Amino acid sequence: MKNIFKTICLIFLLTNFSVISVAAEEEKKLLSTDWSFKGYFGKFDRGSLQRGYQVYQEVCASCHSMKYLSYRNLSEKGGPEFSEEQAKAIASNFEVTDGPNDDGEMFTRPAKLSDKFVNPYLNDKEAIASNGGAYPPDMSVLVKARSGGADYVYSVLLGYEDPPSGIILDDGVYYNKYMYGNAIKMPNPLSDGLVEYNDGTEATEEQMAKDVVTFLAWSAEPHLEARHKIGFKAIIYLIILALLAYLSMKRVWSRVEPKV
Amino acid sequence: MSDHNYVPSSKLGKWFNDRLPLLSLSAHLQEYPTPKNLNYWWTFGGILTFCLIAQIITGVVLAMHYVAHADLAFDSVEHIMRDVNYGWLIRYVHANGASMFFLAVYIHIFRSLYYGSYKSPREVIWIIGMIIYLLMMATAFMGYVLPWGQMSFWGATVITNLFSAVPLVGESITNWLWGGYAVDNPTLTRFFSLHYLLPFLIFGLVILHIWALHVPGNNNPVGIDLKKPSKDTVPFHPYIVIKDLFALLLFLIVFAFFVFYAPNILGHSDNYIEANPMVTPAHIVPEWYLLPFYAILRSVPDKLFGVIAMFASIFILIILPWLDTSKVRSAIFRPLYKQFYWILVIDVILLGYMGAMPAEGTYLLIARIATTYYFVHFLIILPILGKKEKTLEVPQSITEPVLGGSSNPEMVKKKDLFN
Amino acid sequence: MSDQKKPKRRDFLFTASYAIGAVGIGAAVWPLVDQMNPDRSVKALASTEVDVSSLEPGKSITVLWRGKPVFIKRRTQDEIAEARSVDLKDLPHPEKDEDRAKNPEWLVMLGVCTHLGCVPLGDKGEYNGWFCPCHGSHYDTSGRIRKGPAPTNLEVPKYEFLNSNTIKIG
Repeated sequence: MKNIFKTICLIFLLTNFSVISVAAEEEKKLLSTDWSFKGYFGKFDRGSLQRGYQVYQEVCASCHSMKYLSYRNLSEKGGPEFSEEQAKAIASNFEVTDGPNDDGEMFTRPAKLSDKFVNPYLNDKEAIASNGGAYPPDMSVLVKARSGGADYVYSVLLGYEDPPSGIILDDGVYYNKYMYGNAIKMPNPLSDGLVEYNDGTEATEEQMAKDVVTFLAWSAEPHLEARHKIGFKAIIYLIILALLAYLSMKRVWSRVEPKV
Repeated sequence: MSDHNYVPSSKLGKWFNDRLPLLSLSAHLQEYPTPKNLNYWWTFGGILTFCLIAQIITGVVLAMHYVAHADLAFDSVEHIMRDVNYGWLIRYVHANGASMFFLAVYIHIFRSLYYGSYKSPREVIWIIGMIIYLLMMATAFMGYVLPWGQMSFWGATVITNLFSAVPLVGESITNWLWGGYAVDNPTLTRFFSLHYLLPFLIFGLVILHIWALHVPGNNNPVGIDLKKPSKDTVPFHPYIVIKDLFALLLFLIVFAFFVFYAPNILGHSDNYIEANPMVTPAHIVPEWYLLPFYAILRSVPDKLFGVIAMFASIFILIILPWLDTSKVRSAIFRPLYKQFYWILVIDVILLGYMGAMPAEGTYLLIARIATTYYFVHFLIILPILGKKEKTLEVPQSITEPVLGGSSNPEMVKKKDLFN
Repeated sequence: MSDQKKPKRRDFLFTASYAIGAVGIGAAVWPLVDQMNPDRSVKALASTEVDVSSLEPGKSITVLWRGKPVFIKRRTQDEIAEARSVDLKDLPHPEKDEDRAKNPEWLVMLGVCTHLGCVPLGDKGEYNGWFCPCHGSHYDTSGRIRKGPAPTNLEVPKYEFLNSNTIKIG
């Protein structure tokens, strides 16, 4: 068994060396917080997801699309878990373009659960033109699309500072401690009390950043809870079966020398 | 295959077997005499077979939902991840499965290097294996392009541009590969087609690989020819089957860990950004399993010779059976080779590390030294070593040293478990 | 350990290993099977709303619902009377017209022949209803099978009138 243990260690070493090499790139220590979804049993904090959706909707959604989310996702298991009525009510606040109707014309109607989140711009070009030449990235998979993940997005949200002396930024460019290159075209989006939470949580900058990043982490990985749950069962199962296989192997090989 | 004398017990079985000897084949596979001292490093052949089949099954399933079109590929992958029932699980198994496949194949190859399994009379097994490895790299590379993220797109751009190094016709070749003047929709659709095709080619080659193996039989840690069947061998079933299964289950635990708890750790975050031909990511790296070759490519300052060096580093392995002149197979009895072997292992890991680092300054210098050593190992050290090295005495049979033969029994018994 | 006990324990060990292994294979195969079932985005499109205000008596429209055609027919008084006068004993698949069309003026049903899935043609056939050109099934003005190979009546989906002009199917 000692050899097997060594083998597994070696496997981990070999695979992790690429991971280490990626991790070595992170020069600045990112901010972090007690994410509810981290760890082997991590689950999303529902309250945080619901507040996070509110922050997204009231603060981010005017520029950032989330084109892979549908309103139905808001009431699905493992997500913010709004009730279906709540999700329908949320959806009906938005106008979507549908059609063509029988007269061949496009028309607008209130959104339904099956509709995707409404995009704030008609297309990417308009998004770029409306934001001083910078494209506000789609946020559906943003957390997975940045090295550093949730911590990185959280850090950028809280990383606005006055530029250190000597650094002169153009108009419409802001200094951010954690942004790649330290220059960002998005003005600081959060300030204390910007939104009013229904559940009485105090809307500090940190709280809003935490909530919206939790929401984005869910959006990037909507099946995270199922993954953690199935994974735990799968690994326990594999360990039991491996143990049985080991005992069976010992039985089979008991007839020959040398033993395994 | 030597045992043609199998006769099925049932009448129907005999009727069928006379016309298509599948039952004989099955009997051969079960009785196949296997050295009984095979250690756990020998279980990776079975593990690799599992990996290939798992990749094919999950791949066929993913192809039911994936759309091979530049405008829809990224969306369809997100559709798989969000909406398709268990789509996230199947995709993560497939994506991490590629990494696990390469992990296993590297262990398999380095086992062969340590125990001299590529030497006569097993050269053809080795060469088929190397062709499989080449096809695996091609398949994995094209598979990585399919999600049409930023790394997909720019990885495809960089790798296909390698061919532009060919004098005179380079540009024609790249345009031919792309089906246009840059990586675009025609490139994606042909990559999808080939990514679907190649695994079946690999499957066929795996059958040849195993067939070629069953002619001389397995090598073993002691590296001696065995009379078979004899007291040195056990039937493949159940002895090796159950051991392979046990090892596979341990492997699956590691596999499951990645799939369920770190599914994106071996990938690159930029690949969750949709491909954009206008913006190159700050830092392009291939998947971890291609990094050593990437380091070799970059360590040569000339474009054409860099490409040649990279391909040479793979093709050199194909002629390895003739580069290694030693008559003794196993490193257990080759004290000097054993040391050079471990230096090579470190060298390749170092190359992999350098492949992930920016190609500048000290990194580049180390990569150049490591590249040089890689070629020196195969082209200079191995041929000379085979002639000069004083090898230890090789036992006559597997059981002999253990039962108190000539050489130190404790030493051999310990050594044949590799470390 | 005695020789008698040995095979017994081995049997138990192997049987347990096989059984637990089989469970695992089953669990691993299920996602591969289930992925072919309708996914969440498909299920979300389960209902559709149709404006029928412009439909004249005796006319019908066909709309798409869940990838299948749905016939919405505004029946004339003659057609209703014909459908309701049929003796249930004459029907291969006895169903009252009152049960098929809650609001007698409106008949809503899947336009999919219950034989092998072709789309029947309207105002055709020996019973003034629908006729399937593939294998010659005749349906009456209530969409009930009267003659031909189809085993059952045209299926009535779940639907409701949201108001006098709008039908919600599904």
